[in-house]
Amino acid sequence: MNRHRSTAAILSLLVMGLGQLYNRQFIKGLIMLAVEAAALMYFVPNIGRAVWGVVTLGEKTQGLEKIGRISVAVKGDHSIFLLISGLITLILFLIFVIIYVMNIRDAYRSGKQRDEGVVPASFRQTLAYVTDRNFPYLMLTLPALGVLFLTIMPIIFMIMLAFTNYASPDHIPPAKLVDWVGFQTFANLLTLKTWSHTFAGVFTWTIIWAVIATVTTYFGGLLVALLIEQNGIRFKKLWRTLFIIPYAIPQLISLLVMKNLFNGQFGPINQYLGHFGLGKLPWLTDPFWAKVTVILVNMWIGIPVSMVLILGVLTAIPKDLYEAADVDGATGIQKFKIITLPFVLFSTAPILITQFAGNMNNFNVIFLLTNGDPVKGDYQFAGSTDLLVTWLYKLTLNNSQFNMASAIGIIIFLIVASFSIYNYRRSRSFKEEDMIQ
Amino acid sequence: MKMGRKTASFVRLTLSYLVLIAIAVCAVYPALWVLLSSLRPGTALFSERLIPETFTLVHYKELFTNPSFRYGVWYLNTLKIATMTMIFSTILVTLSMYALSRFRFRGRKMTLTFMLVLGMFPGFMSMIAIFIFLLQLNLLDTHAALILVYSAGAVLGGFVVKGFYDTIPRSLDEAARIDGASHLQVFVRIMLPLSRPMLTYVALTTFTGSWVDFIFARLVLRSKENWTLAVGMWDLVNSYQNSNFTLFAAGAVLIAIPITLLFVFLQRFLVQGLMSGASKG
Repeated sequence: MNRHRSTAAILSLLVMGLGQLYNRQFIKGLIMLAVEAAALMYFVPNIGRAVWGVVTLGEKTQGLEKIGRISVAVKGDHSIFLLISGLITLILFLIFVIIYVMNIRDAYRSGKQRDEGVVPASFRQTLAYVTDRNFPYLMLTLPALGVLFLTIMPIIFMIMLAFTNYASPDHIPPAKLVDWVGFQTFANLLTLKTWSHTFAGVFTWTIIWAVIATVTTYFGGLLVALLIEQNGIRFKKLWRTLFIIPYAIPQLISLLVMKNLFNGQFGPINQYLGHFGLGKLPWLTDPFWAKVTVILVNMWIGIPVSMVLILGVLTAIPKDLYEAADVDGATGIQKFKIITLPFVLFSTAPILITQFAGNMNNFNVIFLLTNGDPVKGDYQFAGSTDLLVTWLYKLTLNNSQFNMASAIGIIIFLIVASFSIYNYRRSRSFKEEDMIQ
Repeated sequence: MKMGRKTASFVRLTLSYLVLIAIAVCAVYPALWVLLSSLRPGTALFSERLIPETFTLVHYKELFTNPSFRYGVWYLNTLKIATMTMIFSTILVTLSMYALSRFRFRGRKMTLTFMLVLGMFPGFMSMIAIFIFLLQLNLLDTHAALILVYSAGAVLGGFVVKGFYDTIPRSLDEAARIDGASHLQVFVRIMLPLSRPMLTYVALTTFTGSWVDFIFARLVLRSKENWTLAVGMWDLVNSYQNSNFTLFAAGAVLIAIPITLLFVFLQRFLVQGLMSGASKG
């Protein structure tokens, strides 16, 4: 009774497309045969080397080899290229396996239809089915491929790097090989004096920075929004447009301009201070003042965003709440405390946490304004205003400490992820409680 | 009693106006300063007054005539990359987010969670791998590489769009489906016209994103005639910032103007985008 389905499935298991041909779905079968042929041509010569490359990271060091009497320069294995191309081949192989399994299932299903006396779908019907029932998959295929190779593969690669010794000066291909070292990198980061001291310092500053940056921009935005929305203030639209300007200017430009504004020697800010008879301040060169400067500049950039968000929330507060409060004889301050503030806080709480996570990774402000400087002597490749992300960037691009950078990246991920999960849980509970909507 | 109230409100308003004016000055001053600096003769950062005594356009002219950098070429490169990125990412983001918002298919929940998780990795972590990947595909120093990477990256930031589609009632497309429209027809005829504000938001953010990115562009684009504006400006700042500030100012103004104008004119869409992103968490 189930003759067709098992025959088709077994045939497809042997060779992709054979089951389909058996089911007389010729076009589909031929396409699958072609896919299998192409896959075999690619995988047979490559897969073995891919596995070998990922497992061993190369075995031959570059160097001179004696052949007869003359020594010849021999190209060694490039561990990092081996790792990446191995990774890509393995991912492609995974995709191929998935297609293979789908092929078997398809043959089984069509065979089952034949067992039940139904004629299997023609190629045109199959196409119609794909654009109808499988429409979401069709739409998602292209973006998924892009994300797979340009986001997922690189992330897997970097996570793997954290468990190698890929770092300057001793393990940089092609001259030297890279090896797997397990958790050694993490151990070094936390126990070696130079690294752990830098890590602790940068980490503390990152948290302090994220808290202050989030709080100042949020309450600054709230204040500005309330000022504009007051009764009796005219030209509301003009104010709003003026205040949104810092947000509209690309950060690359505004931050580089700010760097000049705060220039200790020639910058206008210090000039104005001079006019008022005050001394010049080392805005960017003193560790403490540099921290003040980045926070001030971040307020300039961040307040408009919070303002826009909070203005939106303010207009959504039902007017009758205020009318009811008026009837009860509430003062302006009372109305603010009992109606406005809770409302705004409730609707923006999730954003607050998102902004906190965003500030932890606020690369632009630090990198463009101070570049992490002023330099701190006892830090390992980092300065006084460096955040974990800018440190990561420097370690990668300037100092070739790739394994350490990856370890730090993983730590950043863990921190941000825990905040986000907390946030997600909370905002879910908000929605379920229906407190304000 | 009534008088007292009036004075109190007068004082409150005056104070508020003063604060508003102070904030407005702070908000506008840097932009004004750089604009005026770009029109100032000489090259120094230092100047006695904010408004120069004489105005000159010589720095703008120098940008396009100085042989050591190719501002005109960079401008065209950037325009090309930003426009292509905008088109591709808008298409990719709307299509994929529409699918994720509208259809209940197997693996949907997992895809969403996965996207969230991927978004939490610091972007630089992937730089090295992408660099080697592009090297192996022979795409280094090409604009296609940048467009590819930006567009693929935009998909992960598409939650705002998904949130937007979630708010459009499903009865709309169900009705169209009953009338015999295909999924593609529903999307093109019904959803696209409705999602104009969202499309504008995505187009604007992806356009500006690629317009100002200097980190990745600097890594990929090696030869000077392939650079984008952001890379060129970055180089200008690092090589001659203090010696030729007014030139930097002129370059900065020309980069910022298109973006700033777009933002101010499309403010409405931007606010809607921010808000819908916000209410969805």
